[in-house]
Amino acid sequence: MKHARIQHRGQVLDVTVNDDGNILMADGTPLDAGQVTWLPPATGTMFALGLNYADHAAELSFKSAPKEPLVFVKAPNAYTGHDGYSWRPDNVDYMHYECELVAVIGKTARNVSRADALEYVAGYTLCNDYAIRDYLENYYRPNLRVKNRDSTTPVGPWIIDRSQVPEPNNLTLRTYINGELKQEGTTADMIFDVPFLIEYLSGFMTLQPGDMIATGTPKGMADVQPGDVVDVEIEGIGRLRNTMLSESEFFKNAKEQSS
Amino acid sequence: MRHALVEINGEPTAVTVDGDRPRRADGGPLAEDQARWLPPVSGTVFGIALNDRALLESHLDSFNQPPYEKPPTKPVLFIKTPNTRNGHRRPVARPAGERLQPGPSLGVVIGKTASRVSEADALAHVAGYTVINEFSLPEDSYYRPAVKAKCRDGFCPIGPWVTDAADVGDPSGLGVRLTVNGELRQEGNTGNFVRPVARLIAELSEFMTLHEGDVLIAGVPAGRVDVEPGDEVAVEIDKVGTLVSLVTEEDTTRKGDRP
Repeated sequence: MKHARIQHRGQVLDVTVNDDGNILMADGTPLDAGQVTWLPPATGTMFALGLNYADHAAELSFKSAPKEPLVFVKAPNAYTGHDGYSWRPDNVDYMHYECELVAVIGKTARNVSRADALEYVAGYTLCNDYAIRDYLENYYRPNLRVKNRDSTTPVGPWIIDRSQVPEPNNLTLRTYINGELKQEGTTADMIFDVPFLIEYLSGFMTLQPGDMIATGTPKGMADVQPGDVVDVEIEGIGRLRNTMLSESEFFKNAKEQSS
Repeated sequence: MRHALVEINGEPTAVTVDGDRPRRADGGPLAEDQARWLPPVSGTVFGIALNDRALLESHLDSFNQPPYEKPPTKPVLFIKTPNTRNGHRRPVARPAGERLQPGPSLGVVIGKTASRVSEADALAHVAGYTVINEFSLPEDSYYRPAVKAKCRDGFCPIGPWVTDAADVGDPSGLGVRLTVNGELRQEGNTGNFVRPVARLIAELSEFMTLHEGDVLIAGVPAGRVDVEPGDEVAVEIDKVGTLVSLVTEEDTTRKGDRP
């Protein structure tokens, strides 16, 4: 089953999406996809991984793979839904996408072992963990100005039940800009997998239902520009679309929506 | 006016505080043992590290060396995840085998949506001020996000209340004191901030919308100290209030989804 959150006629609804792609309300009534705004399917804390694919770490000129996960934290201001908009600041040289498998926590997890960890996963979604390399500083790197910008982490479209993803460690990830394939990799190359990360994080803190673990991205970075349509896709999970706006377009739209 | 959230018969209840005594909506006082103090805010908690001048200056030699290369040019930010939030007079557990350090700070409570506000308009977006104790393991490096040091359960006591911004006035000359078992151990002043509160709001809201109920941990002074199980730790801030925490030993038996 695929579970999504949408906005329809001003209301936030929990819906399901069937195998034909139809959006169904709780009572089974179908909704016209054209009338729906997709919201992030979970709103807890996102724990995101840096350098969690050996090929990507090499691409960023790290000599050896990390021995301990590099985890950073995102807050809900950063999330935006499927078919939404992100923005590229003016005067930056390099903003890139990152296609990532996201595990969504289903029940409170504290001191959970690797062997039991998947029982605490409700399902999977995907995210596009955009980054702006111009803003990297060597303090709490990757810093919030790179990774926690308004609407710059698309998440969704839905959460697919864990039972429907029997092999999360063998999924192909792809990113397209304007339909052109730019990034391709497999979750088989992940350094720290989902059970390891749940054991690691829950070993020092409590994970809550709705928290998310974004598991990092393989190699294949490319710059994105205003007007680009960026799709991140994971086999068996879904395809998440985002359109890049310029800074002035994004804030003009935000102002019109709030007035 | 002081505003607090207390648990009465299991229900979170908004109250006002007269002196240090919460009052019911009908004006009647509550006995101390009738009310359990809860954190008075529920939004995202953003921390600003290295915002005390003496603290920053004490690190400048190393900040010109690798891995930092140069001192920070923008606010150094972190997120205290929701599991860290804790109330007044509640236990804070020292993790087994670790050192535990309190972090006294002014908490700035956002009152209305702030996106791209100027420094001149920033304080109009503040509802009030609270007291925060930003507990952390010692930080021997600022290079990577401090999730393991700062995101442990209960590591962010907030409260006891929010004091209206109008009752505090200028937030830039407030004395901040940490006492352990009644003895003064750490001291600072919000006048010593690298960036005053208004500038923090302006710089953060350039890329992150701050929402009502979000909180900024404005800056911990230099000179963090270790505390031990059994210690009573208090943070006192002029015109705002005094927040007490009780240090305990970690319960290492806690597992899985049992509360």
